[in-house]
Amino acid sequence: MLADAPSLVPARSATPRAHHRRFRLLTAALVAAALLVTALLLGWDNRFEPFSDRWWRISSMRTSTIAVIALVTFCQAFATVAFQTVTHNRILTPSIMGFESLYVLVQTTVVFVFGATSVVGLEPTARFVVQSAAMVAFAVVLYSWLLSGRLGNLHVMLLVGIVLGAGMGSASSFLQQLLDPSEFDVLRARLFGSIGNANTDFLWIVVPVCAATGAAIWMISRRLDVLALGSDLSTNLGLRHRRQVMLVLTLVSVLMAMSTSLVGPMTFLGFLSATLAYSLTDTHEHRRVLPVAWLVGFVTLATAYLLLRHVFALVDTVSIVVELIGGALFLAVIFRKGRL
Amino acid sequence: MIRLDGVVKRYGRTRIGPVDLKLPAGGIVALVGPNGAGKSTVLTMIGRLLTPDEGTITVDGIDVHRARSTEVARTVSILRQENHFVTRLTVRQLVGFGRYPYSAGRLTAHDEEKISEAIDLLDLGDLEQRFLDHLSGGQRQRAYVAMVLAQDTDYLLLDEPLNNLDAEHSVQMMATLRRAADALGRTVVIVLHDINFAAAYSDYIVAMDAGTVAVHGPPDMIIRDDVLTRVFRTPVTVVDSPSGRFAVYHRPPDAGPRSAAPPPKEKP
Repeated sequence: MLADAPSLVPARSATPRAHHRRFRLLTAALVAAALLVTALLLGWDNRFEPFSDRWWRISSMRTSTIAVIALVTFCQAFATVAFQTVTHNRILTPSIMGFESLYVLVQTTVVFVFGATSVVGLEPTARFVVQSAAMVAFAVVLYSWLLSGRLGNLHVMLLVGIVLGAGMGSASSFLQQLLDPSEFDVLRARLFGSIGNANTDFLWIVVPVCAATGAAIWMISRRLDVLALGSDLSTNLGLRHRRQVMLVLTLVSVLMAMSTSLVGPMTFLGFLSATLAYSLTDTHEHRRVLPVAWLVGFVTLATAYLLLRHVFALVDTVSIVVELIGGALFLAVIFRKGRL
Repeated sequence: MIRLDGVVKRYGRTRIGPVDLKLPAGGIVALVGPNGAGKSTVLTMIGRLLTPDEGTITVDGIDVHRARSTEVARTVSILRQENHFVTRLTVRQLVGFGRYPYSAGRLTAHDEEKISEAIDLLDLGDLEQRFLDHLSGGQRQRAYVAMVLAQDTDYLLLDEPLNNLDAEHSVQMMATLRRAADALGRTVVIVLHDINFAAAYSDYIVAMDAGTVAVHGPPDMIIRDDVLTRVFRTPVTVVDSPSGRFAVYHRPPDAGPRSAAPPPKEKP
């Protein structure tokens, strides 16, 4: 059937031809789904004549939500896929290992130690940058130690990571109890974003940072393919494994800081995106898995938002529902594999 | 030439080394010795997967622990026994990774040629589109060896390549390595558990014991009653077999008569 079709793929190539075709179909379908759900989000229940001035006025208010959904899913998908590659597993995600609890703890500690006034006194942009940088630095130190292999196997790492995550969460709530109510209010406004009510003040910083970090991950994606082979083989192939892992963990921390600063913790969104992307693409190539993971995350989160916001009018439960789906998938994967 | 100068690695109170050694280029070099003698440690240090605490290691004049990693990756390749394997990776894709030091993941026509060559050399042609997790341990082992062969390095280090292989595939593997050494001019350094494979295939043998090199030289010098008995601390008799010298040690004379074991009881 394909014998006379011109093909760019040599006869004996690394990837079977059917794979190329399947991947193109899959991407096209996901892009179509993403465009459809975006159009629905813009146009749903918009009573004015389509594309008139008034229609656009309503729609433009919704574009920031769409931008937030796109950004959060981008961060979570890229961060999770890269993180799973350097940790050689398909179960652990930055969120499960407590990257976001760390962000909350850093924010809380800053308000607790310096007080809300000094934080408010600092120029908001500078504060945002400093806090994100602090979180990235802590995350790199903490997780490079945790993932250095000194703790041995995956189970120990998972256990320590979850205990650390829970511990940091508890430490944050403890500090929050000690805050006086007005300071707590300042903190709360900053911490508890949600999809419908995201912190969009810093989008102009978040967007370029995400774009740059994402581009960096994209550029090293062939290196990620090699890192997935493990420490010994990637060293053999000429990569300085430890340095590369640190680089990837830094990029992951930046993406997680951006995501958390927008909408707060999303424990299972990254897991959902990465797991579905791997089972849909059926490949090890990051150039394929990364975009598919983003698209899958976007379609899932946007659909959940569309249904809950406009159909059931339950907007605050968006993250709960996505977490419910993601958590159920997490359990299903563990039960099916019967191991971590 | 592989050259080790005063190489030491410490594991708590145990110490491997100091090892001073010059291994000639060309042919198959076998590292043999009892368990825990430090064979694998020395091999992984040459392959720069493990950093020595003291000393320097050069391969063809390149200091493997200080030179640029890509440069080293084009000179020496190493394969260990246990490899974390990625699911959804086909044999051909795995072998393709061997070209990473040259093409950084963008395979050229020349790379594809090298990949096909390595696959054919290890007789994996029929399996090249199969996924690694659908292969037997021995087939997977051969796929990894094909990967390091595709890496096209003058020096090839293999840690117990005969693990997981049955008699047929062990012989095939050694014949392949022999071909790589003779036809392709590679220097193959292997850790071997079975002294008789070393006797049958290698050009040079390094016998290690208790962290140091006990004796090294061509097989004629090593495959001898007195040397092997000392190194392996068990009585070894070398006999002439149709395929060359053969070390017999499986049942020493003082193990008692064969009939000492009670005959199996017949079931009523």
